[in-house]
Amino acid sequence: MAIEPSADYTPSELMTVQAARELPDGAVVFVGIGLPNLACNLARATHAPNLCMIYESGAVGAIPDRVPPSIGDPSLVTGSLMVASMSEIFQFFLQNGKIEVGFLGGAQIDKYGNLNTTVVGSYDAPKVRLPGSGGACEIAIFAQRTLVVMKLNKRAFPEKVDFITSPGMRSLGKSRSEWGMPGGGPVKVITDKCIMEPNPTTGELEVSALYPGATIENVQENVGWKLSVRSPLGTVEPPNATEVKLLREVLDPDRLHIK
Amino acid sequence: MKNKVVNMSEAVASLVQNGDTLVIEGFTHLICFAAAHEIIRQGKKDLTLARLTPDLIYDQMLAAGTAKKLIFSWAGNPGVGSLHAFRRLVECKPRKIEIEEYSHFGMVARFSAGAANLPFWPLRNYMGTDIPGHNPLIKTVTCPFTGETLAAVPGLRPDITVVHAQRADRFGNAQVWGLLGVQKEAAFASKRVIVVAEELVDESVIRNDPNRTLIPGSIVSAVVIEPWGAHPSYAQGYYDRDNDFYVKWDQVARTEESLKEYLDRYVFGVKNRHEYMQIQPELLRLKAKAQISEGVNYGY
Repeated sequence: MAIEPSADYTPSELMTVQAARELPDGAVVFVGIGLPNLACNLARATHAPNLCMIYESGAVGAIPDRVPPSIGDPSLVTGSLMVASMSEIFQFFLQNGKIEVGFLGGAQIDKYGNLNTTVVGSYDAPKVRLPGSGGACEIAIFAQRTLVVMKLNKRAFPEKVDFITSPGMRSLGKSRSEWGMPGGGPVKVITDKCIMEPNPTTGELEVSALYPGATIENVQENVGWKLSVRSPLGTVEPPNATEVKLLREVLDPDRLHIK
Repeated sequence: MKNKVVNMSEAVASLVQNGDTLVIEGFTHLICFAAAHEIIRQGKKDLTLARLTPDLIYDQMLAAGTAKKLIFSWAGNPGVGSLHAFRRLVECKPRKIEIEEYSHFGMVARFSAGAANLPFWPLRNYMGTDIPGHNPLIKTVTCPFTGETLAAVPGLRPDITVVHAQRADRFGNAQVWGLLGVQKEAAFASKRVIVVAEELVDESVIRNDPNRTLIPGSIVSAVVIEPWGAHPSYAQGYYDRDNDFYVKWDQVARTEESLKEYLDRYVFGVKNRHEYMQIQPELLRLKAKAQISEGVNYGY
């Protein structure tokens, strides 16, 4: 069967599809709500039927039959392979290196892929108090690799974040290996215009692929540091008709996450 | 063992003291709002509230003025956004509230140390983050075997922990299924434990399936039978999460006035959980469908 490109797609759909394609069949993935959850379910419905989805709440091998509104939804338990306590999730799965892929996002990401979900402004007198780490800091430290899914926006992509909740490739003056962090860090940042990857030497995020129709200029104007661009620049296959149909009709029919 | 069944009002009056460190755990699942509402009604104050996710339950308790301090790791409205009462306190500082912040693993580790009667718990965590820079209780320790530097957090010993369970016997042997969160650790760490259950069962039901018991009656001070006591969170096999209410809370909590109206009607305006359910008959739509698990052979 020939794969038809989709006639139209939204930026959220494009991001979700890119994230789904990063998940090999059989991978053990630590899932969050929103687009990452959709991406995992899309991967499971297409090329990765044996994806093992693990949620921070303790559901292991979840196969939710509805879009879970929260990471602790009861539909994650029904039909799952295991319910682990949170102590087991953080110690036996994450700290013990059993999570292959983790998903993260945040209010801010900086040029080294450090994420802030704690405060905008200063900690003691914040302009905006965000929820905090939850398990994000542990996903960033322990997952073998992390995928970040965030829309481009100058305020969300500053040169330096206000607070490092979840460390990226270089934080507080040291690289991940200097800190002794076991996980691989943010190997890809999936935005609505491009994909960024860390430079193997400096750890700085650089543009590795542009989406159809996007230009380096409109990426740069939404980012607070001078972007390096990889040569040759990668290309991205747009979503195909099957992927878009699955997202719209099966995985998120009420458009909770695909805006 | 003695029969420990009391009503919520008696349990809170006799076991929750002003100034206590109080834990009402439950990760999305089995969050005992019935206990929180009774604590608010009885005007308890100066509490230190500890929980991984303050959720709507501590947003309500903070708004009602029960707390002087919050110990937590993720203060958001799950799947929705912000906890506005919490944000108002931290951003606008209308009155003093102390906060002590960890990540989830840090909180789990604090309860684990408390439950194991250890002074601290080691974790390979927090390197390269700003979290320890704002919490002096996150320290480092050198492994005596490998020389590795590890993070360490102190054990947490709450005065009182409330655990909501699907079913319990009159002695407090409590069975839980579905998401288990950190309730077992929190209960064993705690000086006193209140078990709140959806259903009272005979001891023989517990003995018929001992692997399902999360909390043994031997560490329980009181048992309260409170159907629907976890609404708007959920109890697997009993009722679904009220996601509409979580969305609605985003509006309710946005102003002090609308929050006060909510508390006046649904907390102060009712005597107990039974009345809370009576004024909201539409909540019965959340009742769970059956998906029964087979039993196992415990014979030998």
